[in-house]
Amino acid sequence: MPFTDKPQVFNASINALTFGPEGKSVTIGGSNVYPLYSFDAPIPNAPKVGIEVSDKGYDPAIPGLAAFYAGCDTIPQQAARAASAEGVDFVALYLESADPNGDNRSVEECAALANEVAAAIDKPLVIMGCKNVEKDSELFVKVAEALQGQNSLLLSSREENYKTVGAGAALAYGQNVGAESAVDINLAKQLNVLLTQLGVPAGKIVMNLGTAAAGYGFEYLASTMDRVKGAALTQNDAMLQMPVVTPLGSDCWGVKEALLEEADMPIWGSREERGIEMEIETAAACIASGSDAVILRHPASVKTISELVSALM
Amino acid sequence: MALKGLDIFKLSPKKNCKDCGCPTCMAFCMKVAQGALPLEKCPHFDPAAIAKLSEATAPPMKTIKVGDLQMGGETVMYRHDKTFVSRTLYAVKICDGIDPAEVDRRLQSVAAMDYERIGERMYVEMLFVNHNPEKTADDYMALLEKAKAAGRNLVLSVKDPDLAAKALDAVKGIPVILSGANEDNYEAMSKLATAAGAVLGVSAANLDALYDTVAKLEALGNKNLILDVGFDSIKDAFANTVKIRRASLKNNDRTFGYPTLVRADRLGLGDPRMQAALLSLFTTRYGSLIVVDEMTYAAALPLYALRQNLFTDPQKPMKVTPGIYPLNGADENAVCATTVDFALTYFVVSGEMERSGVPVNLLISDAGGYSVLTAWAAGKLSASSIAKFIAEEAIESKVKSRTLILPGKVAVLKGELEAKLPDWKIVVGPNEAVQLVKFLREITA
Repeated sequence: MPFTDKPQVFNASINALTFGPEGKSVTIGGSNVYPLYSFDAPIPNAPKVGIEVSDKGYDPAIPGLAAFYAGCDTIPQQAARAASAEGVDFVALYLESADPNGDNRSVEECAALANEVAAAIDKPLVIMGCKNVEKDSELFVKVAEALQGQNSLLLSSREENYKTVGAGAALAYGQNVGAESAVDINLAKQLNVLLTQLGVPAGKIVMNLGTAAAGYGFEYLASTMDRVKGAALTQNDAMLQMPVVTPLGSDCWGVKEALLEEADMPIWGSREERGIEMEIETAAACIASGSDAVILRHPASVKTISELVSALM
Repeated sequence: MALKGLDIFKLSPKKNCKDCGCPTCMAFCMKVAQGALPLEKCPHFDPAAIAKLSEATAPPMKTIKVGDLQMGGETVMYRHDKTFVSRTLYAVKICDGIDPAEVDRRLQSVAAMDYERIGERMYVEMLFVNHNPEKTADDYMALLEKAKAAGRNLVLSVKDPDLAAKALDAVKGIPVILSGANEDNYEAMSKLATAAGAVLGVSAANLDALYDTVAKLEALGNKNLILDVGFDSIKDAFANTVKIRRASLKNNDRTFGYPTLVRADRLGLGDPRMQAALLSLFTTRYGSLIVVDEMTYAAALPLYALRQNLFTDPQKPMKVTPGIYPLNGADENAVCATTVDFALTYFVVSGEMERSGVPVNLLISDAGGYSVLTAWAAGKLSASSIAKFIAEEAIESKVKSRTLILPGKVAVLKGELEAKLPDWKIVVGPNEAVQLVKFLREITA
């Protein structure tokens, strides 16, 4: 008696979005089946893995990172090294030092750095803001101008600054833009509606549905992604069909499990390995729930997740 | 659940005798249809009708027990549809084909990996005791002796019925899964498993063969099974796991209504990080029992936390126990801060506080497991509830500091709280946990 499977192939699909300049671009989304269900129908674009490079440089306390970035004194050099790591599909430059509560670096300097980094790498560039909404509005516009023609992806606009980021970066300079909401399907949809009403084409928007490390409210993120993909595919909801990009670096490396030194908790073992596996396991769960791209910090996590994705396609 | 209340009602005694605890037969049948009550609650139901209905009202996926551990019994594909009920379980593999010193090392690491997180014990629930056919029966029996001493439930991975019989005999009293039934040996293996009260693990070359073998086993009366999803490739194993789960839950095909066994040890051969990725993937998507070579803390800390997240009932928030949580070596002189008992709030707040390095006595009162604003709106977090908690827990005799930091989102409580706690200095903290590091360093500077 043979088994009869009923594939779940939908008449709706996730938008395909290409970022990066011609010749070094990647495409995410485009699938008409549930995440990773490549046995139901071919998935045109496998989930992608990005590597995060901070404009403050790598964390020297992590031995593996110090070794990996050895000899790279400048941020563009570090970005170039990161881009060459095994399994990397794109580089995400985290403009952390723009934060007014931190280094408060000027937007001009940040934009100049973004430009240098874009020129130094042979992969598409994603820009991550400093997470301060006012500064980010200024920052993204300036960076968008500097990266004109690069078809870059800016993460992210939020409800508070979608107008300036959407109009100033996406409309004026043709960049792709992220829509960041806080782990809630309704907020995610609303922001997409607002951005599209502003005139940003739906095909140039990605969603950042929020982030969480495994164990830290991850169930909300997983369920939000499950519901978003469900609505996009089963109900053909065009305002939820944007691909999902999930940056996980700061969450995964910011939890106790990855921060505590081995000396303080010898039974837990190597701090670096704990951080790597926190990234790997959080990323694997995100990809299973619907992330079309994840952004990680450690080249070892990038390698494993990229291998996992290839094995599943 | 294919049956509607009315279908059940048609076959019911229609006496409205209330012996089942429901006011009418109709009400009872409705509850049975929802799965809230078992049909057996009614003492007057015609046995022939029960037999007719039990097949239809049986849950789509069977709950399989191994001692105190439970697998399967799921009713939904996504946790937001209702909830997942049986946590994914983990097993570490030992094998008579690997160096005995390595076996001892793995057993030691299994014993060492044991901790608690939000009231749940996190440990490796099972040992997967594998037989390499190139080794002798004596080798396997010697390995079993070591496994028995570990105090875990066992998966006996043996394909030879003679050895399986011997092994089952040797582990009497320990709850086991006998994994090794296939198209060729299923009759003999099923007989052994049934006699020993063991769950039978079934594997096959592909899903069609697996389906066929399960159907044959069910015809023999064995419905105490777990299905091996295979280890030829990660892609196939993942596809099989999803297909098996959706066949039973979505397409009502009960032949596949069993939990699944995932061999991450083989799928991520020799690569602990890949095994970690697979643990996470199959915990998120439908694996019931996952086998790995080793469970280090590095793999376990995110994994068990992830599992705890995914298997909480979305309608019941995760709560931490109310009490005083001294952070960063806080003593009686350290400042006090308060927040709610919602586990996520607690983790985020305590994490940021730990990051600040400032000693703080974190006071967690019972706020119904809600977040700060929700608890405040629901009246579960108020000046009275905080004052009451401080009185009941005799905080004033345990802590000398009289500074209390209030979550910024409930700054409105400050005045009332000052009135209720006249000895205390009430400080309004930041709105967001991320601002705590800066805030704490500033106020204690």
